[in-house]
Amino acid sequence: MIRLTINNKPVELDVEPDMPLLYALRDELQLTGTKFGCGSGLCGACTVHMDGQPIRSCVMPVSAVADKAITTIEGLSENADHHIQNAWREFKVPQCGYCQNGQMMSAAALIASNNNPSDEDIDSSMQGNICRCGTYQRIRQAIKTAAKNLREEV
Amino acid sequence: MDNQTIQNVGRRNFLKATGLTGGAFILGATLPMGCSVEETGAAQHEINFFVSIAKDGQVTIVNHRSEMGQGIKTSVPQIIADELEADWDLVSVIQAKGDAKYGPQSTGGSASIRTYFTYIRQMGATARDMLEQAAANIWKVDKSQVKAQGHAVLNLANGQTIGYGDLAIHAANLPVPEKDSVKLKDIKDFNLIGKDVKLVDLDTMVAGKMQYAHDIQLPDMLIASIERPPVVGGKVKSFDATEAKKVKGVVDVIRLKDRGLPSNLLPLSGVAVLATNTWAALQGRKKLKIEWDHGTLIDEGSNDYQQKLKEKVNTKGITVRNEGDIDNHQYNPDKTVEATYSVPYIHHASMETPAATAHVKGDTCTVWTGTQSPQRVQSQAAEEIGLSKEEVHKVEVNQTTMGGAFGRKSKGDFAIEAVELSKATGKPVKVVWSREDDVKHGFYHSVSANYFKAELTDNGSADNWVMRNAYPPISWLWNLEAEFPSDGALSLGYADIPFEIKNLNIEKHKVKSYVRPGWVRSVACINNGFALGSFVDELAVKAGISTHQMWLNLLGSDRMVDPSGPNFKYSNYGLDLKDHPIDTKRIKSLMNLLAEKAPINEETAEGEGWGISFLRSFGSFVAAATKARVVDNKVTILEMHTAVDCGIGVSPDRIKAQMEGAIVYSLSIALMGEITTKDGIVEQGNFHDYPVLRINQTPKMFVHLVESDAPPGGIGEPGVPPVIPSITNAIYHASGIRIRDLPVSKVLSV
Repeated sequence: MIRLTINNKPVELDVEPDMPLLYALRDELQLTGTKFGCGSGLCGACTVHMDGQPIRSCVMPVSAVADKAITTIEGLSENADHHIQNAWREFKVPQCGYCQNGQMMSAAALIASNNNPSDEDIDSSMQGNICRCGTYQRIRQAIKTAAKNLREEV
Repeated sequence: MDNQTIQNVGRRNFLKATGLTGGAFILGATLPMGCSVEETGAAQHEINFFVSIAKDGQVTIVNHRSEMGQGIKTSVPQIIADELEADWDLVSVIQAKGDAKYGPQSTGGSASIRTYFTYIRQMGATARDMLEQAAANIWKVDKSQVKAQGHAVLNLANGQTIGYGDLAIHAANLPVPEKDSVKLKDIKDFNLIGKDVKLVDLDTMVAGKMQYAHDIQLPDMLIASIERPPVVGGKVKSFDATEAKKVKGVVDVIRLKDRGLPSNLLPLSGVAVLATNTWAALQGRKKLKIEWDHGTLIDEGSNDYQQKLKEKVNTKGITVRNEGDIDNHQYNPDKTVEATYSVPYIHHASMETPAATAHVKGDTCTVWTGTQSPQRVQSQAAEEIGLSKEEVHKVEVNQTTMGGAFGRKSKGDFAIEAVELSKATGKPVKVVWSREDDVKHGFYHSVSANYFKAELTDNGSADNWVMRNAYPPISWLWNLEAEFPSDGALSLGYADIPFEIKNLNIEKHKVKSYVRPGWVRSVACINNGFALGSFVDELAVKAGISTHQMWLNLLGSDRMVDPSGPNFKYSNYGLDLKDHPIDTKRIKSLMNLLAEKAPINEETAEGEGWGISFLRSFGSFVAAATKARVVDNKVTILEMHTAVDCGIGVSPDRIKAQMEGAIVYSLSIALMGEITTKDGIVEQGNFHDYPVLRINQTPKMFVHLVESDAPPGGIGEPGVPPVIPSITNAIYHASGIRIRDLPVSKVLSV
């Protein structure tokens, strides 16, 4: 039995210890907002936060997240009103939307650690997240706006 | 409108009619505009298959086309709501199941709006007409005395209004008006078409709650992972599942049936591991021991194959289109440009890999999947479980939004795999494809070679123009004897070149096929557009004029081009040439707009350069410009523009989004994407060896949209073909390095 916290709730998982967190979230806990994209940590669709840091849940065995605090897209905000989510709506970022949960999780982690990211900072933090619809330019714009709104709030 | 029925249905029946029963709790009964069925409260009255109105005035519109990121789930209801004179804030949208009553649902070829604009408008207009008739009946006046506006019908004589909610039950009981008697709105009166309305699924997506085929979960469902034959047409010789079955969670191992060749759009064979969770299925699959019979399609390797295509197009082919006399022309070598271009196999690589869930119960079947062709999945699933053509209604296809598709999900093979396995186990089965499955067992854009030769004329144009191409045709999927592209395929940016050339020969070549070919975003316009755009640039360089000027010179006088001839029937993407002409004036005007918006003709810094190109495809006109820098053999893309004239644009922001997306998709194709085969087996497997564009490689980009009231053209695909050569042309003008073989990463660092 592996104990951890997911979206501020204590969770016990009775799964194989080598099962990647992605499948535990999706198949066992019905938290399907975290997406499968590559299974190899190459595309970022499965990004969640572990103790606030972005990780690729498809290559993270549940044994490695024991006693950790995991946040998924479902736990990013109460009412889908995180600065990142607000900016994602403002710039109409999603097309198919499939990669966007991972994009938003990476972006939320970025502005939490850097509330005034440059283009280079954004490129560096977001290059692990692939979008095949090609929403990158709007992602850049949305992150800058979200960071600005975050700065003004502080 | 023959397929309409008029009925007054209660909420329960409405739910049944519109696809929210059964799987509703799984798919989430939340309607996309943030309003749940429960909250709408009142009874829904179905005016026609597309429009239902509740007593409280809430309008529900069915989107019958497949959403894959292009925004059609907003655009179709937006068109209907405009003709309906509905208030967008009072509109909810639900996704149709696969059902012939809606008319064609196959979503590809950028066709939803360009082909069905009038049909979709009629759906809204018919409902509006019935609401007007209902109000006229209540007031006992002629219908000409009333007018729908602002979600109500107005009595022109006395200014009274009746809201749609109050009219709904009356309208639903009226006979359907004759199609010809329903008047469509004047274009100038559009109040939603051409405006950016609230996107239907935006809030759901941003909340992380959008559900895709991978997300379907049913009680007692098994999850299947399938090891498929490495070579198309191969089959399992023998297999040992002993170790696989020992994996905790693995429930069953099933050999799929051999379906042989031609492959059609059906599953390959293979061995499926079924488990209670995805990880167990994947682990069990790793422990399978399979001996394969690779079959007959073992190739010489795609590199050698492509080399043969390039040699082939340097020899005379079979004439498709001929003008003047070219055979006896003596070319002046100082004025002649001759070039051969090639494009490798390309894969869709949508972020969401294929996935489908099926539950076969007796002679019925329910499918949940993201498909570009729900009716094809329905008919193939029916056949799979032994139903006749008349019994297709026993298969219910629930359509999820797709996590990208780009043509891959026009093929429902993955759904039929789920049906086959559910039938075998009697349980609901979800088939999920790994990324490796997706990359290795795709339907690829065909490897191709295009040849050009032409001689410059004294007036800065070119003549004695020869074009040849060779690539495996998509029709091979159904017919192993198919060796040539169809006229429809040759109409894709190839035999339809709009240039004013006196002596012209366009030829095709016959080829042999190996891997499964398929439609990838813009199809053969990828290779034809790349070759054409590159060649015009090469002519301009030879002539010492700007590429922009060379395009204008080649296009020549203002005229409408009809490329059909004795050996070739131009398909024009299924559109009528009268409504959607190849209009050279419109092309030149767009090229000039591009030159105005992007400084393509200005001097650039050392190591930098602009490239441009154009292609009319899927009924739309798109010109593209790219600025690139090449330093120490490293390419940096600095800035990109597309100018688009698509006629009437329904959702301007989504048009821009599609153009931005096409830029990114094209950068992947031009710079880095390449599928190769060895012995008929695809060598790539994931994003490390089939790289796609990332944010750090993305330039700033601008989209310039021409306002027009011409009939609408397509949008999903036309952004791709001109962008690719604009990139390679920019690299040439920055560095002098001419890229004739994609991707650029073969010779330069990207």
